[in-house]
Amino acid sequence: MDKSINVLIVDDYRTMLRIIRNLLKQLEFENVEEATDGQEALAKLRAGNFGLVISDWNMQPMTGLDLLKEVRADARLKATPFIMVTAESKTENVIAAKQAGVSNYIVKPFNAETLREKIEKVLANA
Amino acid sequence: MPDGACPDRAPAAALPPSRPNDEAIEAAVRAVLGSLEGDLTTKEAALLAELEALGRTVKRVKAEIAALGVEDITASHIPSATDELDAVVEHTAGATNEILDCCETLERLEPQLGAEGQAALRGAITRIYEACSFQDITGQRIAKVVAALKAIESRVAAVVSAARGAAAARAHPVARVCEAAAEGARPAPTDGQALAQGPQLPGAGVSQDEIDRLLASFD
Repeated sequence: MDKSINVLIVDDYRTMLRIIRNLLKQLEFENVEEATDGQEALAKLRAGNFGLVISDWNMQPMTGLDLLKEVRADARLKATPFIMVTAESKTENVIAAKQAGVSNYIVKPFNAETLREKIEKVLANA
Repeated sequence: MPDGACPDRAPAAALPPSRPNDEAIEAAVRAVLGSLEGDLTTKEAALLAELEALGRTVKRVKAEIAALGVEDITASHIPSATDELDAVVEHTAGATNEILDCCETLERLEPQLGAEGQAALRGAITRIYEACSFQDITGQRIAKVVAALKAIESRVAAVVSAARGAAAARAHPVARVCEAAAEGARPAPTDGQALAQGPQLPGAGVSQDEIDRLLASFD
């Protein structure tokens, strides 16, 4: 697993960004950038070179699902691994995310082991 | 103002009456009933008595609703409740950030420990990080409560407004056009917004294991 990749984490709760950043640091991912909604994330993705996106769903003005659809519709970004980390835990949400091309889906609250396992799986398939 | 244009606030006094006033209806009904009483059967008289009683009850309830202190609800109670909830979110966010500061300080001390101590400290810090995600979940739950309070506020105001006779104003064509225009001006929710419902109550959503199985079923 290449831990030198740039990771973009997207969440409208600053504390959640900080928690995920610290957990990623424990997993030895040092190149981590943050965005607080889908629009800001999309601008960063288009301007940069990211190997993984970890995004919340429920954000304004652009949600994580809408960000995922934009990423999959963008010729340069469409292969970027995308993990949804969200409190949205209804079956319809998981199905909608899968149909939109999500790489994996983690429901909050989650533990560090789940995050590690999903990242490893997603990057192995990238 | 051109025909069909929406005023910022339609002046109530300018609205044409869209229905006869309540007193006129009541007087007309009483006049009709008075003229009928002599020809009524016992059953019909009882039915009319029930109708009259029902009319009195409706009038009393309307008066009670109109007398409710809705201004207190909309001007004080609900804003106060939402402010308190915002303060809860702010304080828990502050406390969570303090905890995270402490964890980061402890992480910087890790190299000073032996391998066993480092592993124990790392494990404890990881558990604290996991536990701190409560702030995100509680914040989202509180946001749902605030939205519910605001919905209650608007429904209560609508009921009281109707009881005070404002329904006639709302029935005015210009008012209806303005409401429709305001509704139309709102962009339709995206798929992501339409599906965003926030955290489910325990047992109501699917677990991580169930999500994993669901995702695997697509492969």
